[in-house]
Amino acid sequence: MSIEVCHITKTFGRFVALRDVSLTVDTGELVALLGPSGSGKTTLLRVIAGLEQPDPGSGPIRFHDEDVANCPVADRRVGFVFQHYGLFRHMTVRENVAFGLRVRPRRLRPARAEIRQRVTALLRLVQLDFLADRYPHQLSGGQRQRVALARALALEPRILLLDEPFGALDAKVRQELRAWLRRLHDELCVTTVFVTHDQEEALELADRVVIMNEGRIEQIGSPDEVFHCPRTEFVMDFIGQVNRFHGRLENGKLYFATLAVDAPQWTDMPPRTASVFIRPHQLEVELARNGQPALPATVEHIHSAGVRVRLDLVADCGQRLYAELSHERFGQLGLSKGSRVFLSPRDVKVFPAPSTSP
Amino acid sequence: MPRLLKRQSVLPGFGLTVGFTLSYLSLLVLLPLAMLVLSAVRCEPAELLATLLSRRTLAAFRLTLTVSAIAAATNAVLGMVVAWVLVRYQFPGKRLLDALVDLPFALPTAVSGISLAWVYGPQGWIGRHLEALGVQVVRAPLGIGVALVFIGLPFVVRTLQPAIEELDPEIEEAAASLGAGRLQTFLRVLLPMLLPSLLTGAALAFARGLGEYGSVVFIAGNIPGQTEIVPLLLVSAIEDSRADGSYDYQAAAVIATAALLVSFVCLLAINLLQHFARRNQ
Repeated sequence: MSIEVCHITKTFGRFVALRDVSLTVDTGELVALLGPSGSGKTTLLRVIAGLEQPDPGSGPIRFHDEDVANCPVADRRVGFVFQHYGLFRHMTVRENVAFGLRVRPRRLRPARAEIRQRVTALLRLVQLDFLADRYPHQLSGGQRQRVALARALALEPRILLLDEPFGALDAKVRQELRAWLRRLHDELCVTTVFVTHDQEEALELADRVVIMNEGRIEQIGSPDEVFHCPRTEFVMDFIGQVNRFHGRLENGKLYFATLAVDAPQWTDMPPRTASVFIRPHQLEVELARNGQPALPATVEHIHSAGVRVRLDLVADCGQRLYAELSHERFGQLGLSKGSRVFLSPRDVKVFPAPSTSP
Repeated sequence: MPRLLKRQSVLPGFGLTVGFTLSYLSLLVLLPLAMLVLSAVRCEPAELLATLLSRRTLAAFRLTLTVSAIAAATNAVLGMVVAWVLVRYQFPGKRLLDALVDLPFALPTAVSGISLAWVYGPQGWIGRHLEALGVQVVRAPLGIGVALVFIGLPFVVRTLQPAIEELDPEIEEAAASLGAGRLQTFLRVLLPMLLPSLLTGAALAFARGLGEYGSVVFIAGNIPGQTEIVPLLLVSAIEDSRADGSYDYQAAAVIATAALLVSFVCLLAINLLQHFARRNQ
């Protein structure tokens, strides 16, 4: 079941949550809506679910070519997993999962035995059949999350929507559930959209990532694309750690901090300011100048508990910088707090300002 | 045991504070009640039974219990609506309306009684029209009901409000996304979640109804055997004894002890009910 939303705008009072957003999700895809808080990602998810009405004048919302914009939540057949799970605390796990089947009109309601059977099958799917008669308050966060998922799946939804599914869980459980959700999705092949503010989660789990900012979609692409080829400054800044400089492009040269590097692809452009980004792992750390343009800097802090060593540095021009290198290289350099180093950029990403400025 | 009692606490002087609490409660609550029960027990068994089983006493108890229960049930429904509106909707004058709810608490009960008697009396704004329809409020059990609904409303509203505020809107949205209609969501999800608070509120209103005097006497007409409530029966038992010069409190003590027992049993039952309703939440 594909999803298509066209030109959706949503305002809450004077706050614009979505500005003319359009998005297509293919059948069976797993898509992440990623963005900082207030970027409109949850609103978009709720609009798709029918929990929020878009402003008048917005375009259609189609589920597999069928316009559902005027269809209430209850009739959209979407499975929605809420951020705080939204479990019914006076019902057991089994009753929670059976709820959607039990409230169906009599002629559509499966027989008691069948409901029981389906609920048991679902609980087995989320590996919680041994907790069927417990109440939500007797479960751990991860278990509640899976109950919420089983409950959403009970109606065999055409689309599964998850709002910050792992937001309230601790790191270890989060990691496990993430892998588990990916396997479950591959098994069920239900079109899935989830909201997250955790980029690692989005990049690891999703087929495609939708990056949102201030009610707009900044970029849609595979995790690889958004990480390696960010299309806007915002995406560059938001995804992964980055060193940011204010620079200037003039006659095929890029000037930033105290450096001047060749920028042949911008030769024909009139002079203008530009934003310059360098990823921490693209900064070569040397103890002496090696003939390349390099920024002199002082090591301020070393984080070596990790796969790679991260350095916090202060450049002589006063700017704070981050660099990343392997433990091997770190050992070779023999760095310690206060060491003087030279940083030469291997790869620089430039976003020229849109208009000419003096 | 000594270790259990001697837990560290911010309130200084465990012995002192517990001693104070116990003696204060004994002086204020236990002692008078014990006196009451004692004087009732000292009564001749035959006389005791005669007082208790007289037609007038039984009628008063039946009336008080029934009307209190009906009023509490009415308040459970109406109070739920009022509490829901006050929590869930924003509208001008909401603060004022919210403050109005407390009025039955704050008014001297006699004031409530007189105003109700006026409004529902044969000449009153509402009573006039009801009279035309053949509905008598004043000097009828209905009037007692009206007074008890008035008096009991704040109990239900004030106990429900925090519970409704605590309901996560996610819960309703979850029910809707699972295909439940508004009524199903209310009956299967919201009501069970609110039930413990609702029961508490209704129980408080009921208990208040059993003992309410001031607001009822003006509207009830106090016809023995018909619109005479238990508290009034107590007063008349004392008045009667004073009339023949004996100042005999025994009949009153017997009735009062019976009322005490009834209240106690009712509260116990309601507490048990609440315990079961709250068990899983």
